[in-house]
Amino acid sequence: MINGALVLSAILFVLGTFGVLVRRNAIIMFLCIELQLNAVNLAFVAFSRVVGIEGQIFVFFVMTVAAAEAAVGLAIIISIFRHYETVNVNNFNLLKW
Amino acid sequence: MTDILFYVFAAVAIGGALGVVLARSPVGSLLFMVTTLASLAAVFVLLEAHFLAAIQVIVYAGAIMVLFMFVIMLLNLGHDYERDLRGGVFGVLSFAVIGLMAGLLARQFGGPDGTDRVGPGAASIDAAIAEHGAIGAIAEPLYTTYVVPFEITGILLLVAIVGAIVLAKRRVQP
Repeated sequence: MINGALVLSAILFVLGTFGVLVRRNAIIMFLCIELQLNAVNLAFVAFSRVVGIEGQIFVFFVMTVAAAEAAVGLAIIISIFRHYETVNVNNFNLLKW
Repeated sequence: MTDILFYVFAAVAIGGALGVVLARSPVGSLLFMVTTLASLAAVFVLLEAHFLAAIQVIVYAGAIMVLFMFVIMLLNLGHDYERDLRGGVFGVLSFAVIGLMAGLLARQFGGPDGTDRVGPGAASIDAAIAEHGAIGAIAEPLYTTYVVPFEITGILLLVAIVGAIVLAKRRVQP
């Protein structure tokens, strides 16, 4: 089941990457980043069956960072939405080049 | 039995992830994400990480997804059904990128000959759970060996709270 969990983690990570690359709605891009973080968590938990409890402790830190990232990122989205009235990232090109 | 359950929950998780990527409205995407998170919690249970499964449901599916839902409702994006997939050269390039990534990950994670990796982890975790319980098995190293990263995590959360308030606050004109 460990290999199965690792393959599932790889599939979820790739799907999350695809979403970040392809979608243009900033909130859905954030959701896809959360999906990638969850895939990494799954890999950590699977490897904790091989290496030890450290894998599960790392998942805690990843979850904390994910919570902090979601809070700050959503605050940035709110602040951008006040300015442009949209969350489509095509319109945010001030820092592009 | 656990193998069958694992495949069922893995299928639900992959379907939910596809829904996250392909759903038209942000709210639909969010609900698919909750499905994925719940089935990942079930997979955590099958991998004997019971406390992490509880945290996954309470913190991730409970708190963080509700935060996303708050923002979607606050910005009134629930009716945002416009097609927003990138196409053209960028779409082809992203397919190439994810193909490459899937190949590399499959090579890395597939295992040497299809059998599960073996190590001392499962036995040591089972012994720690038998001695301290499911929560104590994680809490004991978290508060001894990894206490410094734990405290730094507290500072990180504080900084995130302050940053979120400063960013989202409406500027008051003097």
